[in-house]
Amino acid sequence: MAHRVFPREEYLLKGHAACPGCGATLLLRHVLKALGPDTYLVIPACCTSVIAGPHPRSAFKVPVLHIAFAASAAAASGMVEALDRLGKPGNVVVWAGDGGTVDIGLQALSGAAERGHNIIYICYDNEAYMNTGIQKSGSTPYKAWTTTTPLGNPGFKKDLPSIMAAHRIPYVATINPAYPNDILYKLRKASGIKGGLKYIHAFSPCPPGWRYDPSLTVKIARLAVETGIWVLYEVEDGRFSLTGPSRSLIKKENRKPVSEYLRVQGRFSHLTQEDVDEIQRLVDEQWERIEELISEEKK
Amino acid sequence: MSRLLLTGNYAAAYAVRDAEPDVVSAYPITPQTPIIEKIAEFIESGELSAKFVRVESEHSAMAALIGAASVGARTYTATSSQGLFYMYEVVWWASGARLPIVMGVVTRALGPPWSIWTEHSDFYALRDSGWNMFFASSAQEVYDFTLISYRVAEDSRVLLPTLVGWDAFEVSHTYEPVALADMDKLRSFLPPKGSWKPLLEASEPGSLGNLAYPDEYIKVRLEMRRASERAKNAVEEALRLYSSVTGRSYWFFDCILCEDADTVFVVQGSVFGEALRAVEELRSRGEKVGLVKLWVYRPFPFGELGRALEGAKRVVVLARASVFGSLSPLGADVASALKLRETQAKLFDVVLGVGGVDVKAEDILGVYRKVLDDGERSFWWVR
Repeated sequence: MAHRVFPREEYLLKGHAACPGCGATLLLRHVLKALGPDTYLVIPACCTSVIAGPHPRSAFKVPVLHIAFAASAAAASGMVEALDRLGKPGNVVVWAGDGGTVDIGLQALSGAAERGHNIIYICYDNEAYMNTGIQKSGSTPYKAWTTTTPLGNPGFKKDLPSIMAAHRIPYVATINPAYPNDILYKLRKASGIKGGLKYIHAFSPCPPGWRYDPSLTVKIARLAVETGIWVLYEVEDGRFSLTGPSRSLIKKENRKPVSEYLRVQGRFSHLTQEDVDEIQRLVDEQWERIEELISEEKK
Repeated sequence: MSRLLLTGNYAAAYAVRDAEPDVVSAYPITPQTPIIEKIAEFIESGELSAKFVRVESEHSAMAALIGAASVGARTYTATSSQGLFYMYEVVWWASGARLPIVMGVVTRALGPPWSIWTEHSDFYALRDSGWNMFFASSAQEVYDFTLISYRVAEDSRVLLPTLVGWDAFEVSHTYEPVALADMDKLRSFLPPKGSWKPLLEASEPGSLGNLAYPDEYIKVRLEMRRASERAKNAVEEALRLYSSVTGRSYWFFDCILCEDADTVFVVQGSVFGEALRAVEELRSRGEKVGLVKLWVYRPFPFGELGRALEGAKRVVVLARASVFGSLSPLGADVASALKLRETQAKLFDVVLGVGGVDVKAEDILGVYRKVLDDGERSFWWVR
């Protein structure tokens, strides 16, 4: 049903410079379809600053401000206030990688959220600095291989959506390229909310960085949801709710074992059985917290 | 034309009010804070209809203006010292993106050790960034050059960001009578709002700042260099027009008692007052000395300054900047002006007043004695 109303217009044009199987590009294509032509993109240093293609051309059929790494949320703050002041309509959307969001860009993002600018901020999370060649970021999962964590990341992935929800912004959501209708729904909802910053955290598989065949992007994205390692949800005015297929995964028996997700990716190929068991335990713990959260809200 | 008793910082705020920007963003830092407090008051009271973005850092202050200017807004921010250095990366982004942002820089020494007093090292750090750079030596000049900045920055031949520097405390916090511009006349001086085409528009999607291969990059940089060269004409025209609107005349620099001078001092900023006192004292003793006060630092008026200094035997640059292993930035520029003109003048590069050390006419007389002894050509004056 839903696919019949899916917008046909393309804003991500042919000839862009993404790697084959790029999860970020799939996401951005759907994000732009959801938001339409009156969309201003602000993009810091990240893969997408290359994907856009070289000056003076651009692979995006919307205006794009490319800006310094730490500066995207602040640039969007100024842009959205200027458009408002000048009486021009439009969605101002930051499209930033995980490094530019959870690490170097976090201060500006936190400031923009606290000030309540009418921005949609989307972090496409490929879980490492991929544009510079797969170095660990604050969003790299526990035990994942990167070039700067050759024995696996000893730390844990920063939970940015929770940090953003703690700013009391009106909308926080997660999206995944395997579920385009969900992307469309959430982005349209976000663009309809005018008071404050809307934060969207996007799961973004990366074939070269995660060491898998480019044909597997959507499969891996779906496995991430089905194993429960990535959760689809929304936090609307502080209320948490699971969305789409994640809703049924509160029951442990509905979740696939995380090993199915881990074993298809070279970045986890060094994992021992103990490591896999530990990651499974962490995922189960995460779901116990979600269950508590949901039953708390029902009270 | 009304006159008010204003500090240098309030003079900047009044100029910003009169320039009617759309977006102001700022992060507080001593001694810049009274500017943004006053602008905030103007906005809250409705005297200025603009958006004020209270950002969480200077990096974000400039980034916010880049976002705002890229869609066509007139903008302002001000900073100082560490704040300017924190902003440094995006300062280059603003000029590379050719956005006519206007900024005030209250010049202050850099840490460590912590110092809140004046020095021009922060100002000079921007000399290669592509910004047009003015230096004011009084509250009146702060007001005037802030307004002139908008005209130059938004000139379609230029489209480069523009800043005005002035000394911490000596100008920023000192009250002086300031003549404001007549608003009706000012409207004929300032470019009409929206006179330059915004780079980003939803109706005409383009991109700003994306990856450029070497052949394209050099074209962008070359075009920027040409714009900076054209800025000289734009500055001269703006100054002439400003004079006809307000009666206050400026040029790239003021040359006082230069015609027959054997020795000419070159200064920038608040040292001017004491330097003028020293020059008058020396003239009364029959010494042939003159004084240049530089207003326009970038684009640097090499030809004009070289011509003005042609008859001098000695040119003494009094620079307020900590410099190590080289001439002061002002000294190096003046040396280039002398060399390009192939003048015979000896250059003396003197660093003084660093970190807010008070510079008195007596110091400058001391410098003059030392120079006449034909001692070191480059030295720090430390009382």
